[in-house]
Amino acid sequence: MTNFRRQFIKKTATVAVAMASGLLRIPRAHAFWKTEDFAPGLLDATLKRLVLNQKITDTNQISIKIPLIAENGALVPVSVSTTLANVKSISLLVEKNPVPLAIRFELSPALEASVSARLKMAETADVIALIETSDGFYRAKERVKVTIGGCGG
Amino acid sequence: MSSIKIRSKRIDGNTQIRVLITHPMEHGRNRDKTTNRLIPAHFIQELTLSLNQTVLVNCVMGTSISKDPYFSFMLKGGKTGDLINIIWVDNLGNKDAADHTLK
Repeated sequence: MTNFRRQFIKKTATVAVAMASGLLRIPRAHAFWKTEDFAPGLLDATLKRLVLNQKITDTNQISIKIPLIAENGALVPVSVSTTLANVKSISLLVEKNPVPLAIRFELSPALEASVSARLKMAETADVIALIETSDGFYRAKERVKVTIGGCGG
Repeated sequence: MSSIKIRSKRIDGNTQIRVLITHPMEHGRNRDKTTNRLIPAHFIQELTLSLNQTVLVNCVMGTSISKDPYFSFMLKGGKTGDLINIIWVDNLGNKDAADHTLK
């Protein structure tokens, strides 16, 4: 009896410590920020990582609204929308930035597949929208000419 | 004062949610003009938008997002009184949150 009580107290204490240290906290529903995804490198390597070596289909069902000539690379407004069904995530990549992946939105079905953001661009480059749907990865790109760099300050 | 501004607008039965956050978004390669030292990276890494406690969108972002980031999303439908909540976390562990009620 005493033995059982000791065991119980011991276990309870362990759980309490684990909870306090955050080991048992409720898992968040989304992927955490991963260093590998935002590693400096080339676009192709980042794309390969993001799609887990699956095939990417080029499509015209993604529309990227972005100025073709950006006067200031530090602030390039971009809007992406798509007519593709069952969109899971939208990623925006800038080809020649030191870190190609700019942002990745993981959308719930309660949202329209349409997002806007503002990007920094180091130099004239392609902006790529990569969309993950339930049946694969789709991509569209748009060339943006930058007249003042965004990464020099 | 909160670093987050949220605005919402009804468009054709849907709700546009616009978010503006005040944040330096330093990527760590800029130099301080007076001391010529590198300014350490300081940028938002995660942003979560939820509606009535359910997550609508999770974003992970890098340094290629402009200073004072702006985002907009389009919510299907949306009722008066719905509660929008935004949380961001940056690479130094700072965080902020804000609520907004749809009118």
